[in-house]
Amino acid sequence: MPEVLTKTAPITEINRSLYDFTKAEKDVEKLSSGLTEEIVRQISAKKNEPAWMLEHRLKSLQTYNELHIPNWGPDISELNIDNIVTYVRPNTKLSANWDEVPEDIKDTFDRLGIPEAEKKALGGVGAQYDSELVYHNLQKSVAKKGVIYSGIEEALSGPFAEMIRKHFMRLVPASDHKFAALHGAVWSGGSFVYVPPYVKVEIPLQSYFRLNSPGAGQFEHTLIILDKGADLHFIEGCSAPKYNVANLHAGCVELFVGENAHLRYSTIENWSKNMYNLNTKRAKVEKNGIMEWVSGSFGSHTSYLYPMTILNGEYAKSEFTGITFAGEGQNLDTGTKILHNAPHTSSVVNTKSLSKSGGISTFRSAVTITENAHKSKASVSCQSLMLDDKSRSDTIPVMDVRCDDVNVGHEASIGRIDDDAVFYLMSRGLSENEAKTLIVNGFANPISKELPLEYAVEMNNLIRLEMEGGIG
Amino acid sequence: MSEKLLEVNNYSVASTDDIAILKNLNLTINKGETHVLMGPNGAGKSTFGSSLLANPAYKTTHGHILFEDEDITALATDKRAKKGIFLSFQNPVEIPGISLYSFLRSAVKNSAVPLTNKQFREKLNSILTILDLKKEYLERDLNVGFSGGERKKVEMLQLLMLSPQLAILDETDSGLDVDAVNIMLKGINEFQQDKEKGMLIISHNMHILNKLNIDKVHILVKGNIIAEGGSELINEINEHGFSRFEIQVGDKNA
Repeated sequence: MPEVLTKTAPITEINRSLYDFTKAEKDVEKLSSGLTEEIVRQISAKKNEPAWMLEHRLKSLQTYNELHIPNWGPDISELNIDNIVTYVRPNTKLSANWDEVPEDIKDTFDRLGIPEAEKKALGGVGAQYDSELVYHNLQKSVAKKGVIYSGIEEALSGPFAEMIRKHFMRLVPASDHKFAALHGAVWSGGSFVYVPPYVKVEIPLQSYFRLNSPGAGQFEHTLIILDKGADLHFIEGCSAPKYNVANLHAGCVELFVGENAHLRYSTIENWSKNMYNLNTKRAKVEKNGIMEWVSGSFGSHTSYLYPMTILNGEYAKSEFTGITFAGEGQNLDTGTKILHNAPHTSSVVNTKSLSKSGGISTFRSAVTITENAHKSKASVSCQSLMLDDKSRSDTIPVMDVRCDDVNVGHEASIGRIDDDAVFYLMSRGLSENEAKTLIVNGFANPISKELPLEYAVEMNNLIRLEMEGGIG
Repeated sequence: MSEKLLEVNNYSVASTDDIAILKNLNLTINKGETHVLMGPNGAGKSTFGSSLLANPAYKTTHGHILFEDEDITALATDKRAKKGIFLSFQNPVEIPGISLYSFLRSAVKNSAVPLTNKQFREKLNSILTILDLKKEYLERDLNVGFSGGERKKVEMLQLLMLSPQLAILDETDSGLDVDAVNIMLKGINEFQQDKEKGMLIISHNMHILNKLNIDKVHILVKGNIIAEGGSELINEINEHGFSRFEIQVGDKNA
């Protein structure tokens, strides 16, 4: 007599058709690959930027050459900067009108739903294609309040030039690590936001970064300054089609949250699986300020991503909510760093990670409480779910507490999909895949509901696609 | 078409590491009938209930299961559920992040009789009333943080919403207070209204068994069905326990 057969559903590669479309490179201007002083000078010359910036680039290049690649995380030995084109300029100028954006580029952003989202739910949009911004626009009602949202290069020659000079790579210095130095040398594009005192931006601003060119790097710089009492929700999205050669993303995000200000920074990273995502993000929060990170990492071949919050003023608060999904061939090393550097500061970290089909997902956190951060509170919670026996999950939480009168807590769990739960759901008529998808969605749900709505829907779709098997 | 709903023939089940649990069982439940399965702890009652839904923790080593004359021995859990077999779990599993409402909606959409939104809402409201369940439960994550009694009620809610052909109730009444047991009785009575359907109740609870019309009782001891009869068996066990049957199995095994 045969044993009862239970069909196991192979879980297939994700359907990336939403992101995985390429456009021919039309009349683009592309510097040669690799990293030399000549290339750095060429990038600077194209941008007509102030002298201090060229100086900054050259110093960063020097730092880059002095630093080693990290030896503690996922392997990046296959990433060869000599093969990466650091600057690719699409054949267009920055515009505030989608109709002036070349058809192929506009079509790209149309397919990603950006102009549509702009009409419905955003106060302003920036869109970058390869190395340059192609579109930047801020609603008049928001601009009227004195809010600045523009390309950062453009702002370098305007009334905010001095403010930018005072903040640019001060939070993330080139010496931070090798890829921060690389960024300092070849950065291009990105957005600048300034919100004046007590101005509340009611609808989110969004910058979207699209890398179309094979073998290229994207090095955008995002600088956001919230003056005291200001309030902003900023959304960052990124994607790229898959190529057979390595692409590199080494962007940099610097966020200054003033006294009593509130910033929410949401990111959905969905780079293709040939991408090395070595991005650096950091926020400094002054007295009574609040920083909220919402971070979804789904794409990339290899990621090193640990947004850092420096709680620099009394009663400053931060909340980090993150989800990472590592599929076949992906090694995603994500987490967060928090520095409690003033009394009565508090931080909450809540993350979930998933791995399947041999994917590796590692959660790393470093919470430091300095000697003067009396009465501070920190809590870290990370949960991992492995969807099969081939996949791996690690959690590496570090706490460095140098003060007695603080309250710190940490909880971590790593588990697999519970067979009893799958049986329970299947006994209600759900297929094995539907049951697993429901369990995974339920696991991710507390995080996905923090995402901007269209991204939450997108995330659920991603999970569904990722889980969809070859049944029938 | 015959009146047979479920027919189990020479059915043997082992754990995945080959320990025999159920031995050569034969049992037939006809449409409109309510059967009771009794037996001491560890007899294999829950294994039988969940193997009728192809729990992958067990494997069939011999025999067949026919459901409405179709051999379903090789069918996986979801396929059997779609044919109309429902198991009310003794220990329902917590599923975090999924609300009871959205789960019910998708389970019903998946079932043989998917309802329109309006039909679904109306049916749901009437069953909530029968089971004395507050609407707030619908917004809570499935079974998460529910008390034992709440879980059993939610199993009954799923049973009545999905309206299967055969309902297997595994200790649906265990751990419930008298009021809650009476509510479960209302649920069972509601289900029994349809004479095309059948039921297998795994229970020791005299309060519930004495109030139901029972067609047949099966006594399971050490994986064997050792005795069968009418509801008079229930009273015998209530008074004398299972010792007479356990001795019988001892003789049989000797």
